[in-house]
Formats: sequence, structure tokens, C-alpha cells
Amino acid sequence: MIQKTNSRKKHDLSQLIIPLAALGILIVFNLIRGIAIGDLGFFSITTRINNDGNMVLSGNLISIIDDASALAIIAMGMTLVTAACGGQDISVGAVGAISGAVFVKVLDAFGLDNISVLSIVVGLLAAIGVTIIFTLFNGTLVAVFKIQPMIATLILFSCGRSIAYMITGSATPQLNDKLINAIGKTIPGIPIPTPIFLVVIMALILGLVFKLTNLRLYTQTVGINQGAARLNGINPTAIKLLSFVLLGVCVSLASMIQVCRLNQLSHKTLLDAIEMDAILAVAIGGNSLGGGKFRLAGSILGSYIILMLTNTLNDMSVKPESIKAYKAIVIIIIVIAGSPAVKEKISAFWKKVHNSSRRAVAGR
Amino acid sequence: MTVKAPEINARRHQPMSNTKLLMLIAIGIFVVMYAAAMLLIGKRFLNLQEIFNLLNNNAYLIILGCALTIVMIGGGIDISVGGVVCLTAMSVAKFLQTSGIEGVPGVLLSMLLALGIGLLFGLEQGFLVSYLGIQPFIVTLAGMFLSRGITTMISSENVPIKHEAFLEMKKVAIQIPGVFKLEIGAAFALIILLLMYLLLRHHKLGRSIYALGGNQQSALMLGINVKRSRFLSYVISSVLAALAGYVFIMHASSGKTSIGLRSEMDAIASAIIGGTLLTGGVGNVFGTFFGVMILSTIQEIMAASKVQESYWQEIASGAMLALFILMQSVVLSRRGKKFVLPSWMKMSKRQ
Repeated sequence: MIQKTNSRKKHDLSQLIIPLAALGILIVFNLIRGIAIGDLGFFSITTRINNDGNMVLSGNLISIIDDASALAIIAMGMTLVTAACGGQDISVGAVGAISGAVFVKVLDAFGLDNISVLSIVVGLLAAIGVTIIFTLFNGTLVAVFKIQPMIATLILFSCGRSIAYMITGSATPQLNDKLINAIGKTIPGIPIPTPIFLVVIMALILGLVFKLTNLRLYTQTVGINQGAARLNGINPTAIKLLSFVLLGVCVSLASMIQVCRLNQLSHKTLLDAIEMDAILAVAIGGNSLGGGKFRLAGSILGSYIILMLTNTLNDMSVKPESIKAYKAIVIIIIVIAGSPAVKEKISAFWKKVHNSSRRAVAGR
Repeated sequence: MTVKAPEINARRHQPMSNTKLLMLIAIGIFVVMYAAAMLLIGKRFLNLQEIFNLLNNNAYLIILGCALTIVMIGGGIDISVGGVVCLTAMSVAKFLQTSGIEGVPGVLLSMLLALGIGLLFGLEQGFLVSYLGIQPFIVTLAGMFLSRGITTMISSENVPIKHEAFLEMKKVAIQIPGVFKLEIGAAFALIILLLMYLLLRHHKLGRSIYALGGNQQSALMLGINVKRSRFLSYVISSVLAALAGYVFIMHASSGKTSIGLRSEMDAIASAIIGGTLLTGGVGNVFGTFFGVMILSTIQEIMAASKVQESYWQEIASGAMLALFILMQSVVLSRRGKKFVLPSWMKMSKRQ
């Protein structure tokens, strides 16, 4: 019995080895580079006074974790959809743009000059509601009509930003307000950027839901074998729809963070191309893109890895246009290291080493 | 007991395969779309040349559609094709402008360059997907980043081609003046389409790709070299993408970094509309051809209609995409079931 729980624990952690190793290698690489050029600025965390006169933490690491917030939140939702449906939602960027448009529209209705807590709460709730309608449209196509997730979401992927444009028009409203800055940057008195807290809160809520309910088990069962799940009394359609609802909540939260960080809304560039990064984060986190087992921690780690990589490349003064190429090479290396074939080779090698050392001990 | 002799014309009574049914739906939709275009826009679409214009403008998309169809029949996906198109187009433009090799040799070398790029990407992606067992979406996503990144490294500005022999070749067209004109790129795309049809239909490799997409385990037990077939499907896909890039640069004759943006999604969409299932094992390149034609007809209608705002065009084409996808799903799920009216719709017998 004890052995069984131990082995399960070991298996659970094994999924995080690759992302942790990748993060470690990135940190060590930056450390070596920093020593080589005699400047450890990459790791320095200092305090500075921002425009509003508050003391805030600043530094590369802080900005990496801060920049990754929207991606990490979307990656969590994407993990759920991936696990339940065995496919990915490629419309998150476009739906995020719609959500941001609704959020700003509601703020506008209250008056952009006097933004209050009430208007932000109403705006967020409205944005979440509208986003859920759109993700449920995707979810219905996937769960009820049994269409491939990527194809079903292709529809909103191609026309979502136009819908966002329809809501706000061509204007890119500027939001310069203390409350907006409190959400997107820092709350006066607290030196850590607020988006980081939002990621932690979202992760805690989802973590608690999975701890206290059977949702994790149900989602994994539906993802691994839908027929078996149905025979065991789980409703696959409901589980899939629920995963899309949760994705909707994540997307609109991420979209609000991004709008508040940038202090403006642009339907073209808000959360642009985030779907690819989110799927990448899910994959780097060691989750199967074919559905089934998942770990939210892996996806969050994955999104930090992506941002750290981008930041490192920026730091090495790589041209911003060609960053993609280097990113691709690093991604290929990470996925090769985590691929089944290489894993098998490594475990076979370990066994061999282990056996030979045991034999040596026995021989003595 | 006597064993009943098999009927001679048993074949004719077999139900239609999903591949054929979905392709027929696509053809039907295309006919309806085209008829709608004739009614809505009129004159221009009554002209035979309009169909050939669709072909000329979307030749590269037809080749990309073929590439995606083959990979998707094998149960995979390749989203790097748009990037490979862009990289090929840009490299060919840069090569023709800077190498200084004039005349036919320059053109031939540029073709070799395009093939080489496609082959390199194909070998890399095929190896990673098939022999290392990495998820194709991630591998080809990395391929997309890589190709787009390299493209901007080559040049981030427009590279217009002024190579004489290349421009001469570009002008070649099959035509009867006044009746129709088919550019060399479009003719090439049609040849590729036919070749890919023959490959999938009558070649051992094509049949293996269908088998492994349908059920990998059974394919393995039938003695099909699953890994090799999958590997080759990715190589073919990337080489076709590079050829599509060459066809594109022949049509546009100027290398840009924005070439083929989102064209992978267009190619996937046309393959889907043409009846290829992402789960693999079902599909047909001719269906994809009609998928490309449907998408481009929608675009033509939108461009010619009085709706000026581009966002309405996008929303309308998105809605049409949704309609087709839903229709396919409904038709597939209704197959083999008798259509029964719900009880409340039946006419009551009491009068």
C-alpha cells in the first residue's frame, strides 16, 4: 500500500522534471553568461519609485513573472480544455479581444474619467459573461456536435477580432486611472505587481476546486476514454462544456489584466498570437496534447519558461524580429528532451547503470 | 446447408464511403456558392475566366491544401506550411536578386533552393514527429517560428525580383485569348493536385497513410511501416509547401515578410471543408481543391459585394465556415439513420 502511494507520487512529479530542468538550465545559462560578461543585472532585484510615487520592486525576474501573468492564466484554462477534449482552443486571443472590448465598453458607459470599483467589477462580470457565451459556442461545437476543437475554434479565430472591432469601433481608448494602474501595475503600498497576485489567486482557486471535488478525475477520465467515462456515469458533454466555461473565465481575466497593463485597448494587438504561446506552455509543462492527464503547475511553469526565454534573448540583444527563430530552436531542444523515445533511452541507460552497479556490489 | 454465393454487383450496394460523401457535399456547396455569386454579383461570374482567375490567384493555396490533406489523412497536422511558403518566397527573391546568376541557370538554381528548403524542413519535422514521437502540433509550431524568424533574418524589407529569365517564365500561360487564361503557377498546382491524388489513391505509400490515419495499431499489425509512412507524409508536406512558396513568388514577384500569414489556417479550413477529418483516415485532395474554391469564392463575393467594412467580411466568412462545419457534422452523424419526424410535427389523423 505504502509502496503504491510512493510510486504514484513519483509518477506525478516526473511530469514536472522536464519543465523544471528547462527552467534550471535557463537560469544557469544566464548565471554563467552574467559571470562571463561581469554583469549579473539579469538577476538583480532593486526597488524604485514609480510615477505615482510608490515604492515598487523592479528587475528582470520580476518583469518576467509579471509579463507572464496573462499567458499563465490562459494556459491554465487551455490545460483543462486540452485534458477534457484532447484538442486546443485556438480562438483564445480573439475571444480575449472581445472580452477586453466588452470590459472597456462597460467602463466607457460608466464614464472613462471616473472609474470606480463598481464599474470595474460590473465590467469584469459583463466581460466574463460575454466570454463564456463565446467559449460555450466553441464548447457546444466540440462537445455536442463532436467537431475537432481546433476546427470548431477556427471560426472564432478568424472572425473574433472583427466582432471585437464591432463592439468598440476603430478607437483605441486610453485608460489612465489609479484603479486601472492598481490592477495592471501595482497597488500603492505593495511593491509586488498585482497581476502576479491574480495568477496566484486563480491557481489557488482552481487548485482548491481540484482538491475538493472530483473534477480532476472526471476531466482526466473523459480525456482518456470518453466511452468508458460515460459508462461510469460521467457526462462527457457536461465536463467538456465546463472546461470551456472555465477557459472563458481565465481568458477574460487575462484580457482584463492585459488591458490594465497596457492602459489601452486595441482589438488588433490585444493578446495577439497568445493561443500559440498558451498551447506551447501546456506542452512544455509536460501535458499530453491528446488529452487525459494534466498538471496545472506544469503549464504555469511552461509560461514562465517561454517568457524567460524571450527575455534572455532580448537581453542578449537579439533582433526582435529574429527572436522567433531562436525560440523555435530552444523549443525543439526542450521537446526532444521530453520526447518518449529519448525518455525510454535514458531510462534504459539508467537501468543498465543501476544493474551493473548492483552486480558489482553483489560480486564483491 | 448451402452457402449463398456472393452477389456479383455487391460493390454497387455498398454504402458510400465517408470520404466520397464529404467530397460530394463540398462540390454541392461550391456549386451553390457559385450560383449565389452569379445571382448576387452577376455578369463577372458568368464569365468562364472568373473560375480561372480563382485558380490563378489561389494556386499556392491549392498546393498547401494538398500538403495539409496528406498530413491530416495520416492523423497529424502541419502548421509550419505558411512559414515555409514565406521563407521559400523570400529566399528565392533574395537569391535571384543578389546571386547575379542570370538566365535559365539562375531560375533552375532558385528552384533547387526552394526544394532544398522544403526538404530540410520536412526531414527535420518528419524525424521529430515520427521517430521521436513528439506531438506534431508542437514540432510544426516550432517550424513556423523557425521559418518566420529566418525569413526576417534574410530581409525584413520587400525584395522585388527583377531577374529577366524569371519574369519571362512568369509570363508563360496556357490560354485561348478571350476565352481563358491559366497561369503557369496554376497549371503546376493542378498537376500537383493530380499527382497527389494518384499517390493517395494508387500508390503503396498513399494507402499506408490512409491506414495509419484510420487506425495505427491495425496498420502496424498489417505490416505497414508506420513510422516511415508518417515520416514521408511530413516530408511531402514541407516540400509541397516550398513549391507553394515558389508558385506564390511567381504570382507576386516580390518577397515580403507578410507572405502566407495565416495561410496555414486557410489550408486547414479548406481541407476540412473538403471533407478531410483531423482524426485521420478520411479525406481526398479533390475535396480540398473544392474547399479552396469555396473559400476563395466567399472572399470574391465579399470583395465584390457592397459591404465595404472588412470586419463584416471576416464575420460573414466565419459564419459560413461555421455553417459548413455544422452541416458536415450533422450529415455524418445522421448517416445510416432513418429520418423520422418528431411526433409533434406529424400530421394528426383526426381532421
